[in-house]
Parts: sequence; C-alpha cells; structure tokens
Amino acid sequence: MIENLELLIDVCLLFFLLLIVFVAIKTTNLFVATMLFGIFSFVTALLFLDLDAVDVAFTEAAVGAGFTTVLMLSALRLTGAFENVKHRHSILGLFIVVLTGAALIYGVADFPNMGDANAPVHVHVASEYIQLTQEKIDIPNVVTAVLASFRGYDTFGETVVIFSAGVAVLLLLGMGHVEPKHEPEKNLVLWVVVKPFIALILIFGLYVQFHGDFGAGGGFQAGVIFASGFILYSLVFGESYARKVVPSSILPRFAALGVLIYGLTGLVSLLSDKTFLDYSALSSNPVSGQHMGILLVESGVGLAVFSTVLLIFYSFSGVNHNE
Amino acid sequence: MNELLGHVNYWIVIFLMMMGLYMVIASSNLIKKLIGISVFQASVFILYITFGKITEGSPPIITDNADVYSNPLPHVLILTAIVVGVATTSVGLALIVRIQEAYGSMDEDDIHDMNDNDDFNIKSRSKI
Repeated sequence: MIENLELLIDVCLLFFLLLIVFVAIKTTNLFVATMLFGIFSFVTALLFLDLDAVDVAFTEAAVGAGFTTVLMLSALRLTGAFENVKHRHSILGLFIVVLTGAALIYGVADFPNMGDANAPVHVHVASEYIQLTQEKIDIPNVVTAVLASFRGYDTFGETVVIFSAGVAVLLLLGMGHVEPKHEPEKNLVLWVVVKPFIALILIFGLYVQFHGDFGAGGGFQAGVIFASGFILYSLVFGESYARKVVPSSILPRFAALGVLIYGLTGLVSLLSDKTFLDYSALSSNPVSGQHMGILLVESGVGLAVFSTVLLIFYSFSGVNHNE
Repeated sequence: MNELLGHVNYWIVIFLMMMGLYMVIASSNLIKKLIGISVFQASVFILYITFGKITEGSPPIITDNADVYSNPLPHVLILTAIVVGVATTSVGLALIVRIQEAYGSMDEDDIHDMNDNDDFNIKSRSKI
C-alpha cells in the first residue's frame, strides 16, 4: 500500500502539472503565464521529492520557484506583458506536436517499468558510486560525492557555462547605474518582517553550503539561496541600497574567482603528479584529501553561482536606469 | 495493469514536453516561447529523475536503516542542469529585452514584417 501511495502522489502531481501548462498555453497575459510557471516549478520540486531526488528538489525550489520568477517579472517590466492572440499558428503547432508525440509514445513502449531495480540505468556505474562513496570518500550524501569528486570534470564544465551565461547577460544588458535619488518607500510591516528573514536566509544559505556533504544541499543550491537573500533586500529597500551592500563592480570578479578556485584545486593535483581534480593530492590521507577537495570545489561553485545569479538580477534591474 | 502504471510517468512527461513544444511553435510572442522551452526542459528533467527511481528505494544519502538507494547519477546531472538552465534562460531574456528595445516589439511575426519592410532601419530605432 505504501509504495502505491508514492505512485498516487506522483500521478496526482503530474496531472497538476498538465493542468498548469494547459492554462499557461491558453492565457494571453504574460504575467499570468509567468506566475503559473513559478507554480509549475514548485510542483516539479514536490514531484522530485516524491521520486527520492532530494537534492534536485532543493535546487528546483530555490532556482525555479524563486529566482526564475523574479527574473521573468523583471524582464516583463521592460517588455510589456501582453501577447497578440492573432499571431498564433495553432494548426501548424498541433500538427507537429501530435506527430512528434505519437512517435515518442511509440518509442517509450520498450522502456523498463518505472522503479524497476534491474533497469539498464541501475546496473552500470550507479551501484559502484554508492559503494565507492562509502569506501573512499566517507560522506553520507552520494549525490555530493558524485558531483564534486567522481564527476568533478562535468561539474567544472557546468560552472564555466554558468559563468559564461553571466558574462553574456552582462555584455547584452550592462550593469546599469542606479541613482540613490529617493528614500525607499516606507512600508513598516514589510521592513520589520523582511529584515530578520534576510538574516535567516543568509544563515540557511551557509548551512546548505557546508552541510551539503551530510544532507541535501551543496554549492549550487547555497549560491542561489544566498543570492535570493540579497534579491529580497533589493526588492524591498530599493536597488541603490542593495548596491551599497554588494557593489555591482565586485560581482564579475567574485564569479571569476569562484571558477578559479575550482580550476586551481584541479591544478594542485596536476602539479603533484596526479590527474586533474584527483583530491588525494591535497592531503597525505586520501579520505581527508577527498573531504578537503570537495569543500574547496563546493565553495568555488557556491561563490560562482551566487555572484552570477546576483549579477544577472542587477543587470535586469539596472536597465531602465541607464537612460 | 502493472505495465500501465509503470509507463504512466513517461506518457505524462511526453504530454508535458509536447505542450512545451506547442507553446514554442504556436505562439509568436518571444517570452511565451521561452516559457515553452522551459516547460520542455523541465519535462526532460522529470524524465531523467523517473529513470533514477527504484521502488522502495530511499534518497541516496547513506544511513544505517536503508539498503536500497535510488540512482544518484541522474540526480547529479539534473541538479547542475537546473542551474545551467536558469542561466541560459536569463541570456534568452536579455536578448528579448534588447530585441524589444531595437524593434519596439517582441512578437516574431511583427519583427519579420519589419525586416521585410525596407523603410525600417534598426539603427535609427535603437537610438530612441
């Protein structure tokens, strides 16, 4: 009965997602579509939790439901929020979608049943990773171990992609310049409620960063959570005040520094005749070397993600002030 | 019955994916297209996480009172992909903001009309 309960929740959430996307297609108000997409992300996070992917659920909740919505809203402020219904190619779209969908449905007929422990995905490296994590790395969270150690190359690549995306947004929009022209709008309730919240969010961000080895969490989530603390400050008290706390000029440097910390950790092992990102070079004891390497790499990721996310937010919020 | 329940996730994910694709094709509004791409992307994430699930498995955090763990590898791939996804979405949004400034519109059909029209000059528009 319990396993069926998991499946029941899973199917309910999936139907919920279908409903949300259906309404998002129908609506011509882009504000509505954006908010629906925020809800979509949140339901997706719940679904990930139901499917045992706690780290992924954490990331989706912080990124999808938090940051993406704020980002899309600040873009809508610059572009306007209505869609021209006359410009819809419904028949062409329907034709392509039905054709592709039918082909895909035919394709999944061969797939193994969901939850099948003997599916091809599970018989390759996964069990090795779980076993080796206990033997060689000795931290409870297998996802962090695979992310930062076994597949450190991939993660390095992803960090560089995030950094490049930040640079691309900076090139397209610039950082803008915000004049501290007026006092922030006086809203006592908001001020009193938000101030302790920001402190809590920042502490939680640090907890997620350093507790990532033991429970769900890690650099990616922590970076976004830490940045959302400052984004909240900026939304409530005004951008000019936020830019006094974290000046816009240091953010690109911090983002580069984060990537650099990751890369240099790899170089250290290269210099002591080991392969790139082999953490056993960092300490005489291979297990504590792994711990140190994961800590360094995760802090590099956290710094890079934090700076890039805040940089992107600053870029979007600064556009209007350019003129 | 078992076959049906085992595949229901895949089918709904494909429906979601196709709805995202429909948004990209049918709507000529660029932001709506971007939301469609994000929906498509999210449904790929769900597909990957579905692969990783093992019935009666527990989250891949090692404890004493669990012996079957779900596959951690899809989790790692998707975790980083989510953050990369939002970074690339923001590049798309930045491009849309610039297109809006240059053309005064973020509707693909309008932009094509303007490009076909010889009187229109992007340079003179962007200096407004």
